[in-house]
Amino acid sequence: MIRSKSKFWSLLLVMVLVLAACGGGSDDAAEETEESGGEESVTKTTAASSSGGSSSSDSGLTGEILIDGSSTVFPITQAVAEEFTAVNPGVQISVGVSGTGGGFKKFCPGETDISDASRPIKAKERDLCAENGTTYTELQVGVDALSVVVPTSNDFATCLTTEELGAIWGADSTVSNWNQVRSSFPDVALDLYGPGTDSGTFDFFNEELTEDNGGSRSDYTASEDDNVLVNGVSGSAGGLGYFGLAYYEENKDKLTAVQVDAGDGCQPPEAAFEGNYFLARPLFIYIAESAKGMSAVREFVDFYFVAMDAIVPAVGYVPMLAEQKMASLMSWSAFSRG
Amino acid sequence: MLPESIEKNMSNETLITGKKAENAIKESLFLFTLYICVTIAILTLMTLIYDVLSTGITRLTSDYEVGLITKIQIDNPVDFLTTLDSRYPDRAGIGPAFAGTVWLMIIVVFVTFPFGTGAAIYLQEFAPKNRLTRFIELNLTNLAGVPSVIYGLLGLAVFVRLAGFGRSVLSGGLTLTLLILPVVIVASREALKAVPDTIRQGALALGATKFQAVFRQVVPSAIPGMVTGMVLGLSRAIGETAPLIFMGALTYVNYFPDTPLSGFTAIPIQVYNWIGYPQAEWRETASAGIILLLGLLLIMNSLAIFIRNRYEKDL
Repeated sequence: MIRSKSKFWSLLLVMVLVLAACGGGSDDAAEETEESGGEESVTKTTAASSSGGSSSSDSGLTGEILIDGSSTVFPITQAVAEEFTAVNPGVQISVGVSGTGGGFKKFCPGETDISDASRPIKAKERDLCAENGTTYTELQVGVDALSVVVPTSNDFATCLTTEELGAIWGADSTVSNWNQVRSSFPDVALDLYGPGTDSGTFDFFNEELTEDNGGSRSDYTASEDDNVLVNGVSGSAGGLGYFGLAYYEENKDKLTAVQVDAGDGCQPPEAAFEGNYFLARPLFIYIAESAKGMSAVREFVDFYFVAMDAIVPAVGYVPMLAEQKMASLMSWSAFSRG
Repeated sequence: MLPESIEKNMSNETLITGKKAENAIKESLFLFTLYICVTIAILTLMTLIYDVLSTGITRLTSDYEVGLITKIQIDNPVDFLTTLDSRYPDRAGIGPAFAGTVWLMIIVVFVTFPFGTGAAIYLQEFAPKNRLTRFIELNLTNLAGVPSVIYGLLGLAVFVRLAGFGRSVLSGGLTLTLLILPVVIVASREALKAVPDTIRQGALALGATKFQAVFRQVVPSAIPGMVTGMVLGLSRAIGETAPLIFMGALTYVNYFPDTPLSGFTAIPIQVYNWIGYPQAEWRETASAGIILLLGLLLIMNSLAIFIRNRYEKDL
């Protein structure tokens, strides 16, 4: 009895020790990272961004900024937050990815301060915000040029009209071969790839192109992971797909972007830099009225405008035209002062 | 192909001579099939591990400089494990996600162990054998098979909204606890069931109360099995992404969670985020994150084996 009893207690002791070791280790790790890692990374990134004109001194600003929303806008907001942290290490910033709709579901009840959005707010979401008494402003921060792509081996589809794209992707479409798209195209089976129906990219593409054709067809290979679409299109001789410009730019060796003709000539997605591309969609951030009083949030949005010229193209999107940026900046300064 | 057909012919011949030889051939064919199954399973796993290791190990261990004009020294693996995420694949660290996962592990262990073993001891040793107990048992087994996303929604409704913990590391840990609790209870019950009844009866015969018999004899014998179940459950919990995302875990945080009510991100979420970027370099960073997660899993599983071996010997 006595032996087994002491065994039991020694066992319990071991368990406690193991747990304590786990716990202790983690605390140490957290402290260590906070002391050395945190500060080191800050000075490092500050050094990295000093070419951007930001001073390396700590501003002393503190506060918390809660951001959530679109996965498309996420890389921009994250990069801005990274640079902002270099100058203001006292501000805690968190960025979630719930999608544009999911972001508004948290933004309207007041759970977040800023919401990333790859489309304007919908009427239903506006009602939700009104119900909760959340007022806000919408600021455009950049442009995403949707690229329609084919594999590099495809040398015939250099330019497609919006009607042709609508006919290919429309709900009742029976187009299954490139020679049905245009009679001069060769006899190659068409293999379609695109984002899933939850994606803002899907919404925008179909609002622009298949509205009159009853929405999008559903018999294509859908994936929320754009890298899967890249591999799908590049691996299929008759492949055709669409996604954001960043994924095309990183895979130019495998993919060719089809120019889009919306009635005023063929334009490659790069034309979005001059504002001439048909499939260019605006990207937004929404800021809550209740958050604008917080100095951390104000500083962050101000910093967003300073940093966006360098950051937006660096993460694969198209910066706004000068007058668009001016308009966005004007509406922010009116909102933040008002 | 040829030897096989010869074998078949031979087996036809042996049919006349006797059944023994035919059975021997059948047996070896069956064994061969089993070997093939094992080989395929192991080869798949090996390929996956090789792919991850070969892509990520350099990123995890080598030191290098980045930056065109201002040079920044990156000392891996310390920098990778402790710095914040970045938009540059060669500078990104997994610090906050690593800390988040460690927080989750601590919360899961401290909550699951008492509830899991407590429920198992009650159900196995004390519960009356009636309809209600059977109903609870049936539900436990079913709960173990519920998709993990459902637990994310449950966590969102109960811990985030109802209990008011917010989208914090505490809510995340409790959600994962719910996820693995059925598995831990079932495993602990199996461990208790495996304790020979003679031990219980022996203790009772010597005048011990039921309580004494259970807590001084049965439970200590079952602890190795219970701990193994616990650690395997924990291993499952730290690899989960879906319930955390549904519960509202973040993707980028520029701070380390310092209280149970801090917002957080975890290693699987960070890896998922990295692998989705268009630039090919992110594959290396994501693989380095996967290696870290594999390492954590391996450590925990060896811990389970160690505890099991250590305490099974004595009993």
